[in-house]
Amino acid sequence: MIEVTDLSKRFGDKVAVDHLSFTVQPGRVTGFLGPNGAGKSTTMRLILGLDHPSGGSATINGRKYAELASPLRTVGALLEAKSVHSGRSARNHLLFLAQTQGLPPSRADEMLDMVGLRDVARKRAGGFSLGMGQRLGVAAALLGDPQVLLLDEPVNGLDPEGVLWIRNLMKYLASQGKTVLVSSHLMNEMAVTADHLVVIGRGKLIVSAATEDVIARGSGQTVRVRTPEPGRLTDLIVTEGGKAIPAENGNGGAAAPDGQAPVLTVTGLAAPRIGELAASASIVLHELTPQLATLEDAFLELTSESLEFGHASAQPAGQSIEENVR
Amino acid sequence: MSMTTASGQLDSAATQASQPGGAAGFGRLMAAEWTKLRSVRSTVWTLLLFVIITIGLTALLSWLTVSNWTGPRAAPRDARVAADPIGFIFGAGIGLGQLTICVLGVLLITTEYSTGVIRASLLAVPKRYPMLAAKLVVFGLLMLVLAELVAFGSFFAGSAILHSRVAVSLSGPGVLRATLGAGFYLTVLGILAVAVGAIVRHTAAGISIVIGIVLVLPILAGLLPSSWGAHINAYLPQQAGSLIYAVHQSSGQLLTAWEGFGVFCIWTVLLLAVAAYLLNRRDA
Repeated sequence: MIEVTDLSKRFGDKVAVDHLSFTVQPGRVTGFLGPNGAGKSTTMRLILGLDHPSGGSATINGRKYAELASPLRTVGALLEAKSVHSGRSARNHLLFLAQTQGLPPSRADEMLDMVGLRDVARKRAGGFSLGMGQRLGVAAALLGDPQVLLLDEPVNGLDPEGVLWIRNLMKYLASQGKTVLVSSHLMNEMAVTADHLVVIGRGKLIVSAATEDVIARGSGQTVRVRTPEPGRLTDLIVTEGGKAIPAENGNGGAAAPDGQAPVLTVTGLAAPRIGELAASASIVLHELTPQLATLEDAFLELTSESLEFGHASAQPAGQSIEENVR
Repeated sequence: MSMTTASGQLDSAATQASQPGGAAGFGRLMAAEWTKLRSVRSTVWTLLLFVIITIGLTALLSWLTVSNWTGPRAAPRDARVAADPIGFIFGAGIGLGQLTICVLGVLLITTEYSTGVIRASLLAVPKRYPMLAAKLVVFGLLMLVLAELVAFGSFFAGSAILHSRVAVSLSGPGVLRATLGAGFYLTVLGILAVAVGAIVRHTAAGISIVIGIVLVLPILAGLLPSSWGAHINAYLPQQAGSLIYAVHQSSGQLLTAWEGFGVFCIWTVLLLAVAAYLLNRRDA
């Protein structure tokens, strides 16, 4: 189990992690989600003792990382940044790691077999493709058969085969009762992999909940409404406690072409209630569509206010969010 | 996928290995640092270069000197060689060979940062003082063996070639100390370079600084007014440290050979203390 308690990290004036608290339970894959720059990697580096926290603490199975006797036998980590000497062979990389833990050299060979790098075991790691490098990283992470795994953006840049391999590996490890924390900015990847989500933005916790709950909490309540009287309907929705935002994509907003009525995106009210409100005020509706919830929508909604570079600029909101998420 | 079997095999492997104790734990770290050192081509090549340059240059210059002995324009040079053969033997070979040690010491730690392997190292060994200590002990022992081999190799190559003109033997006053001392000097220089590398964490900057300490500082100090410039000069790392492999005391020399070496070691320990403090305190 990983416990993060009131964890903070400042780099000069910049707050990267801001009083963050969450726990990661064993036996399931926990997705660590957030836009780029949200503080995911920094949080992982703090958990792993690579960076020193400005405040708070992070423990693994109740102990700080630096206090673990043979850390690789307790925790395996795959960092996003490269951590292999390009001039050293894959086998020698695993060999020196095994030696620090008192593991036999044969363990390095077993891991190379497991990740399918046996044929290139004695080649310089600098010549490895991205996928091979990631396999070597996985071999290093699993070297000590750890109970806890931290994977930072493990599928970044991998081909579909590699993505599937990592995905199955994470599910397998969780099914073995291990604690698996995997960071990503790819919602769809997490939707198919993670059982539980920890979502952060600007270093702060946004939500920590089961994946399906996060989806439900998000745009499950979003309803697309088309009406020639968006002003009156918006007022009604707001008095009922909902929120209505003029849609800006396509033919949205006040500038709807071809005489089409403007579109509102409504949150906080269900479609039947919106219909009742419109009927009671005799407002004509041209469309009333509950939006299908996706994790991506839920995520965008959860993090849109905490994006590293806010979208309060002149450029369209949708475009700005996409840039930040990709 | 054979993950199940891999995990099963580890259970037996893990029970074979004992829990780490103090000495056993440090032995593991040393074994790992030795693997790191020998498994990178740049360190192996730099060490080979060190051996070849130092002994080779000593032999080459000795041979050139002997074969042009008593040339009409070389009389003052011949007199210098005859007066201080040890200074001649160790002068050029170590003067150039030491630069490879400066490079190697810096590379030993800065490549960990430039390649990112420092993260893997610190994940495996989160206690940073022991990691640095293991690295220094392994590198120091390797350097000591190689540097003594090179020192004695240079001495025997140089003295054998010079033999027909100038007789030098290990039993001469101060000769054995100077030869052993050449190895000590190069070993400590290597450790000093590791310390600088750990402080700056950048290869080019680290090499520039160490070579600056060895080659440039003495020149700059030489430009100071002689009254107090000489005192500063005497206590500079390279100036003080090189006394250990000199036989002849120059006039007005402020430190003895061992005092000079002591000053050099103090410089190295101070830099190491800064390096260890920063390594522990900084984010990796």
